[in-house]
Amino acid sequence: MTVDELQPDPHEGLEAQIAQWRRYVQRREAISAADVDEMEDHLRERIDELSAAGLDDEESFLVAVKRMGSLDAVSQEFAREHSDRLWKQLVLVSSSPAGSTRTSRELAVMLVVAMAAGLATKAGLQLLSATSFALNAALIVLPFVAGYLGWKRRLSGPAIAVTAAIFVVPAIAINVYPFDAGGSTMIIAALHTPVVAWGAVGLVYVGGRWRSQDRRMDFVRFSGELAIYFTLLALGGGVLLGLLATVFGLAEVPSGVIESVMADWLLPLAVPGALVVAGWLVEAKQNVVENIAPVLTKVFTPLTLMMLVACLVALIRAGSLVEADRTLLIVMDAILLLVLCLLLYSISARDPLAPPQFFDGLLVAVLVAALAVDAVAMTAMASRIAEFGASPNKVVALGLNVLLLAQLAWSAVLGGGFCAGRRPFAQLCGWQTRFLPAYLIWAGFVVLVVPPVFGFA
Amino acid sequence: MHIDKDLVAASATPLVLGILADGESYGYAILKRVNELSGGQMHWTDGMLYPLLHRLERLGLVESSWGTSDIGRKRKHYAITSAGRAALVERQEQWTVVADALAQVWRSTQQPDRIIEEWA
Repeated sequence: MTVDELQPDPHEGLEAQIAQWRRYVQRREAISAADVDEMEDHLRERIDELSAAGLDDEESFLVAVKRMGSLDAVSQEFAREHSDRLWKQLVLVSSSPAGSTRTSRELAVMLVVAMAAGLATKAGLQLLSATSFALNAALIVLPFVAGYLGWKRRLSGPAIAVTAAIFVVPAIAINVYPFDAGGSTMIIAALHTPVVAWGAVGLVYVGGRWRSQDRRMDFVRFSGELAIYFTLLALGGGVLLGLLATVFGLAEVPSGVIESVMADWLLPLAVPGALVVAGWLVEAKQNVVENIAPVLTKVFTPLTLMMLVACLVALIRAGSLVEADRTLLIVMDAILLLVLCLLLYSISARDPLAPPQFFDGLLVAVLVAALAVDAVAMTAMASRIAEFGASPNKVVALGLNVLLLAQLAWSAVLGGGFCAGRRPFAQLCGWQTRFLPAYLIWAGFVVLVVPPVFGFA
Repeated sequence: MHIDKDLVAASATPLVLGILADGESYGYAILKRVNELSGGQMHWTDGMLYPLLHRLERLGLVESSWGTSDIGRKRKHYAITSAGRAALVERQEQWTVVADALAQVWRSTQQPDRIIEEWA
C-alpha cells in the first residue's frame, strides 16, 4: 500500500467518487465531519471487501453506497439523535478546539471588513454627489465582500488582478463617461454595474476556479443564501431602529436629530456592514438555508405557475391592445428573471441523483408557461418595437429578454428530457452554470458599450 | 426471509451491546458480526448503525475512541461500559421472558407456515 502510493493511483476514479460522496453527505447538517469520517471508513471497508470479491471500483462503490442506505433516512436518524447539532452550528464561534483560532480570527477580520465597508460608504456619500454615489454604490461596497472572501480563499495573484480589473474598468468608465443628467443610459449603467461587481464577487467566491461548474453552482447557492440572510438582518435592524425612533420620540429628542443620525450615520454604516456580515454568516454556516431554499421554491413554483397562466390569459385576451411600451418589456424581463431564480434554486437544492419527480414536471410547466407568456407579449409588441426605432432602454430590455429566453428555452428542453427519462439531470444542471457568465458579459457590455453608442442620452 | 423492521429495531440494541461485550469493535465489524450471527438473515441499513451507536454512547452504555485501522485509516472504536453490561443483562432478562413466552405459543399452535418451512 505504501509503495503503491508512490505510483500513479490506479483507483483515482474511486477516490474522486468517495470525495464527492463525502461532500454530498457533509452538506447534511445533522451529520458532523467526524461522523462522515466514521462512515467513510465503513464505506471503504465495504468497497475493499466487494473488490476482493471481484467487483470493479465503480460497482463496489455503487453497492457500498446503496448499502449505506438512503441519505435522507440516515440523516434523519442522525438528526433525531443529534438534534442539537442543527442549532449548535449556528453558534458564532466554533466550540471545538481545532480551528477555533481561525474561526475567531475570521470573526475579527469580518468585523473589520464590515466596518471598513460602512466607512467607505459614508466617505462616498460625503464626497460624491447623490447621482454619482448611486452610480458607484455597488463598486464601493462589493469590493469589501470580495475582499473578505478573497482573504478567506487565500486568493492567488492572477485571480486578484482579474477581480480588481472587473471592479476598476467599469468604475473608470462610469465616472469618465459624460452622462446626460438623469438620462436613461446613466440609469441603465447604474442598474448593470452591480451585476458586473457581483460577477467579480463570484470570481473571488469560486477561488479563481471559475471553470468549475460545481463551484459556480455553489456561488448560486451563496448568492441566494446571502439574499435571505441580508433580508433577515435588515428586518431585525428595522425593528431596532423603529424602537429606537419611538423611544427617542417619547423622550422628546428633536426629530431632526433622529433623522440625521439615521440617514447620515446608521444606515450608511449598517447597510454595507450587514452585507459583509451576511456573507460571513453564509460562509460560517454553510447550508442552514439549504433547508429553506427547497421549501421556498416548492411553495413558490406552483404559485408562479398560476400567476403565469393568469398572465397568459390576460395577454391573449388583450391581443394587440396590449400597451406595448417598454414597461411591458421590463415586466417580461422581471417575470423571466423570477422564473430563472426559481429554476436555479430548485436545481441547486435538488438531490442530483434522485429520479424525476412530480415537482420536476411542475418546474418544466413553469418554464413552458413563462416562455408562452413571453412569446405572446413579444408578438404583441414586435411591430411597435420596430416602428419606434431603438432606444437604449428598449435595446437593453430586449437584449436581456433574448438572453433569458435562450437560457430558459433550452432549460425547458433539457428539463423535459429529464422528466421523460431521456436525459440525465446533470445536463440541466450544467447548462445553468455554463450560461451564467453570459450575464456578466452582457452587463459589462451594457455598462461599457451602450452609453457611448447612444451618445450618453 | 424478510424480518419485520420493528423487530430489527427492537433487537438492535441488545445485539450491539452483546457483540461489544465480547470485546471492543467498530461499525463495519459489528455489522459483519450481526450478519454472521443471523446467518445473513438480518439486514441492517449500514448507515443506521451509527446513529444507534451514538445514542448508546450518549446514554453511557458504550464509549468510543478514535484509532487507526491496520492500513492506517482513521477508525472509531466502541467499547461497552459497565453501565452497558448492566443494561445488557437487563435486556437479556427481558428477551428471555419474551422468547420463553413465544416458545410456548409456538408449541401450542401448529402453524401451517412452519410445517411448510420444515419440509422445504
